[in-house]
Amino acid sequence: MISANLSAFFYLISGVLFILALRGLSSPETSRKGNFYGITGMIIAITVTFLSVGNFSNGFFYVIIFLLVGGAIGAFIAFKIPMTAMPELVAGFHSLVGLAAVFVAISAFINPQAFNLGSPGDIKLASLIEMSIGAAVGAITFSGSIIAFLKLQGIMSGAPITFKGQHFLNALILFSIVLLTYLLCVSQSSNLFWILIAISFLIGFLLIIPIGGADMPVVISMLNSYSGWAAAGIGFTLENTALIITGALVGSSGAILSYIMCKGMNRSFFSVILGGFGATEQSSKNTNKEQRPVKSGNADDAAFLMKNASSVIIVPGYGMAVAQAQHALREMVDTLKKNDIKVSYAIHPVAGRMPGHMNVLLAEANVPYDEVFELEEINNDFANADVAFVIGANDVTNPVAKTDPQSPIYGMPVLDVEKCKSVLFVKRSLSPGYAGIDNDLFYKENTLMLFADAKKMTEDITKNL
Amino acid sequence: MEIDPFIFRLSIFILSIFVGYYVVWSVTPSLHTPLMSVTNAISSVIIVGAIIAALANLDDEVFTLSSLFGYIAITLAAVNIFGGFLVTQRMLAMYKKKKKSK
Repeated sequence: MISANLSAFFYLISGVLFILALRGLSSPETSRKGNFYGITGMIIAITVTFLSVGNFSNGFFYVIIFLLVGGAIGAFIAFKIPMTAMPELVAGFHSLVGLAAVFVAISAFINPQAFNLGSPGDIKLASLIEMSIGAAVGAITFSGSIIAFLKLQGIMSGAPITFKGQHFLNALILFSIVLLTYLLCVSQSSNLFWILIAISFLIGFLLIIPIGGADMPVVISMLNSYSGWAAAGIGFTLENTALIITGALVGSSGAILSYIMCKGMNRSFFSVILGGFGATEQSSKNTNKEQRPVKSGNADDAAFLMKNASSVIIVPGYGMAVAQAQHALREMVDTLKKNDIKVSYAIHPVAGRMPGHMNVLLAEANVPYDEVFELEEINNDFANADVAFVIGANDVTNPVAKTDPQSPIYGMPVLDVEKCKSVLFVKRSLSPGYAGIDNDLFYKENTLMLFADAKKMTEDITKNL
Repeated sequence: MEIDPFIFRLSIFILSIFVGYYVVWSVTPSLHTPLMSVTNAISSVIIVGAIIAALANLDDEVFTLSSLFGYIAITLAAVNIFGGFLVTQRMLAMYKKKKKSK
């Protein structure tokens, strides 16, 4: 058994190590060391907890077993999961953090003596408030992440689900959560505590169903933030510095990522949260229905264009992930490089279904990270490039965002693909992207549409090079 | 009058938010996915609460309602800790620089 002061000191150390873990991610070279700091911090926190509880009886034996069972499941998932399924995995992991927070809060509510919080029915007021916040935010994180997971996995339709009075109902539930917390503090009734958790699960579910598939980067970042605030809430209850620091770090990290994603779409955070995007844009889609001429080509034409280019910029999007085309793409680029053609990759902040999604997929296909550029870094280069190869991206290349103030995506930062001498656009059909609007790029003089599956088309081009 | 320890914890919390703010802005956008998976792993430090809950009882009653919730929470958090750190490791190992020879 070690003293409370000593253990608090060690918790502080693991908190600092967690900060260093995030700090390491500022560049790929330092990132692996950062991850190691994170693991060390976790080991310290767990060891210190065992020592400060000082109970090495049968219970300790079971704790180790449950720890190893969970650990084995986690390790198995980590090694088996394909990189394209990263968004689902992260959503799934968020739900577990949320549920763990709920269970710890329940446990503390039933047996407050274990945590020095008073006795059942007579829990310290501050602890009760912190506990309620931790449990409620945890429950929202859990059910919200489950919905996000189902939508990303395709088990549930990615289309926004909206109904009349939705916002009113949500506001009502949020208000009753606050009211219940107040009543709980006054009465200490366990029934109120259960109701509080139940309606928090419900509101998490209701908050995420109206949000559409392509808004998922914001949702995942937001749930990441929530899981942090839940951890911080529990950290206050347990008076644990490591948890408080981590909760604050994760909470602000998720909030920043949500902000970056919203900015990438030029949408306010609230309009994403209120949801229903895409469903309301039907009208503008239908008025623009007149047929415009489109030039389409085959793999041979594309290979010819690229062979005669001196620089090519590749613009990947979610479609590349769906078609699992990253390896085929890399092979095509290898062939291009053998012909002394300069190739770089342009990544839009919201390409894919989570922040940095495209970067991970390209890294998986062995694309060196110094060939991959962010929007601001590369946008001026399109004017000097010969060919832009758009694979699986759509809305993020639409010039309408710069020209048509009527368009729902007006003002969104887009890649200046149309400035290239020629544009190759791999797509299965002319159907509009997520925003439900036509892409002007399809009809440009210098655009050649390649109607095919992204992976198959890329392979065919490689053969023709 | 003595200062309530809560105020100290609140100070740590607020300052950590600021630390997080500046540290996360310095994260390169290409590592945003590993950032999410590693924040996931570290937020599972909530396992310390679960361990305290599970070990609150003595030998004669290892499994009570409250410790049971602790044990389940340990399992959930452990999935996250191992899964989160390992998958981050796996992703980070893929980020390579251009080879000089060519």
